[in-house]
Amino acid sequence: MMNQIVQGVLLGGYYALIACGLSFMFSVMRIINLAHGSLAVLSAFALWLLASRFHIPPFYGLAIVLALMAAIGWALQRFLLERSARGGALLPILTTFGLAIVIDNVLFEQFGADTRSLAPFIGRLSYDSWEWPGGLYVGKLAVIIFATAVVLLGGLQLFLTRTGLGRSIRATSEDPDTAGLVGVDARRANALAAAIAMVTVGLAGAFLGMRATFDPYAGATQLLFAFEAAVIGGAGSLWGTLIGGIVLALAQTLGAKIHPQGFLIGGHVAFLIVLFIRLYMSGLGLRGLLSLPTGKTP
Amino acid sequence: MSLLSVEDLVVRHGLLQAVRGVSFSVERGETLALVGANGAGKTTLLRAIAGAHQAASGRVLFDGADLSGVPSHERVRKGIALVPEGRRLFVQMTVEENLLLGRTAGRPGDWDVERVLETFPNLKPRRHAKAGHLSGGEQQATAIGRALMSNPDLLLLDEVSLGLSPLVVDRVYASLHGLINLGTTIVLVEQDLDRALSVSSKVICMLEGRIALAGASANVSRDEVTKAYFGLHRKGAGGVPA
Repeated sequence: MMNQIVQGVLLGGYYALIACGLSFMFSVMRIINLAHGSLAVLSAFALWLLASRFHIPPFYGLAIVLALMAAIGWALQRFLLERSARGGALLPILTTFGLAIVIDNVLFEQFGADTRSLAPFIGRLSYDSWEWPGGLYVGKLAVIIFATAVVLLGGLQLFLTRTGLGRSIRATSEDPDTAGLVGVDARRANALAAAIAMVTVGLAGAFLGMRATFDPYAGATQLLFAFEAAVIGGAGSLWGTLIGGIVLALAQTLGAKIHPQGFLIGGHVAFLIVLFIRLYMSGLGLRGLLSLPTGKTP
Repeated sequence: MSLLSVEDLVVRHGLLQAVRGVSFSVERGETLALVGANGAGKTTLLRAIAGAHQAASGRVLFDGADLSGVPSHERVRKGIALVPEGRRLFVQMTVEENLLLGRTAGRPGDWDVERVLETFPNLKPRRHAKAGHLSGGEQQATAIGRALMSNPDLLLLDEVSLGLSPLVVDRVYASLHGLINLGTTIVLVEQDLDRALSVSSKVICMLEGRIALAGASANVSRDEVTKAYFGLHRKGAGGVPA
C-alpha cells in the first residue's frame, strides 16, 4: 500500500505540472484553454523531432521548445484569445476547442497515427529507480518530475508575489480596468501570463513524452487530467494544483488497485466528489445544482 | 501653457451623452473642484481624462500633448493619476503591494512606500494587511497613496469622502491640504460643497453633462454653487469662466 501511495504522490507531480498552466490561464485571463492538452502534445512532438532528426537530446531541446512555447503563448493571447474574449466568455472556449482540433490534425498529418516516446532519447533515466527503505522503488524520472513541479510552482509563487511583473499580472487578473489606471499595461500582462502558461505546458509535454507514449490525439486525455487536477485543487490556486494533482493520482492509483480498469474511473470519481462538494458548499444546494424547480409545477 | 486642457469633450455611455461639450483648463499647482449632483457627468469626465473612458469627440491636452487614443496606462506614464470612485483597490493584495503597483509607470520622483506611510500614518501598522481587510479610511489612504506612488503631475480624485465617517474625512482632507501645499495639481470630484470650496482654487459645477457654473472658488458663493447644482443658476450669471 505504501508503494502505491508513494507512486501516486509522484504521479501527482506530473498532473500538477500539466494542470498549473491551465489553472494559471484561468486565474489570470478567465480563459479555459481547451487546447491545453494538444499544446502539451505539440511540445512533446517538437522535442521528439529535435531528438530524432537533429540528435538534440530532450533536456537540451527544452531550451528551444520552451522558448518556442513562450512565443506561441504570447502570439495566441495577442492575436487569438484577446480578440475572441471581446465576444463574451463562451467564444474563447470555442476558439481554443477549434485550436485543439487544428493542432491535433496538423500533428496527425505531419507525423501519422504512430505512438512515439521520448524515452529512447533519455537513456537509463526512463527506467532507472532508487531503492528506498522498506523495499520501495521510486523511478528517478518520477522524482525529477515531482521536484520540477514543486520548483516550478514555488518559482511561480515567488514571481507573482515578489516581482513587479508578477504584481502586474495579479492586478490584471483581479481588475484589468483599475490595473490600467495604475500604469499596468493589461494587454502586455495577459500576453506575458499566456507565455508563462505555455512554458509550463511545454515542460509538461516534455515529461509526458519521457514517462509515457503519445500520439497526435493524446491531447484530450491530458486536458482531462489537467482539468480534473485544477478543479480538485481549486482553479487559480498554485499550491492547490499540486494538492489536486496528488489527490487525482492517488485516486487513480487506488482505483487501479481495486480493479484493473479502475485507474481512470478512480480519478473521475474523486473529481466528481470534489466538484459536487465545492458546488454544494457554494450555496447552490443539490436542487440548484441539478437545476430542479423549487416551486410546485402548475 | 495649461497643464490640462479639456476642449469641447463629449463622452457617451452607449446612447446616453454623459459629458456634453465640456471645456476647461487647469494650471500647474491649481486645485479644481468638480461638483454637481449624481449623474451630472463628473466621474465620467474624470475617467475620460484618465483614459478609462473613450471620448466620442473633443480633446484632452496634457502639457500641450493631445491624449486622444492614448490608453490609461500610458497616461499614467505621462503623469496623470486617478484615485477612482470606490477606491478600487486590489483587495487580494497587501497595502504595500497596492502601493508598489503605483510604481509600475516608472516615473522618477520622491514618492515611495516610506513617504506614503509617513503621509498616512494610519497605514503604517497595516502595511502587510490585505487591502480587503482595511477600514474605509485606510482604503482611501491606500488609494491616494497608490496614485501618489506614480509621482503624478496631475492627481484626479473621485469622491474621496464617499462612504467615510466625518472624522475619517477630516483626516483624508488634512492629507489633501498637505499635498496641495506641496504644489500638487489636483482635480477633485466632491459632493460636499463646503469641503470642495475650502480646498480648491477653482470650482466647476456640472449639470446634466454640461458646465453650469465655473469660477474662482474665492469669487463664487456657496449659494451660487447650490443654485447651479440644482439647475437654478443660468450659465454666466456668476463667477468667471474656467
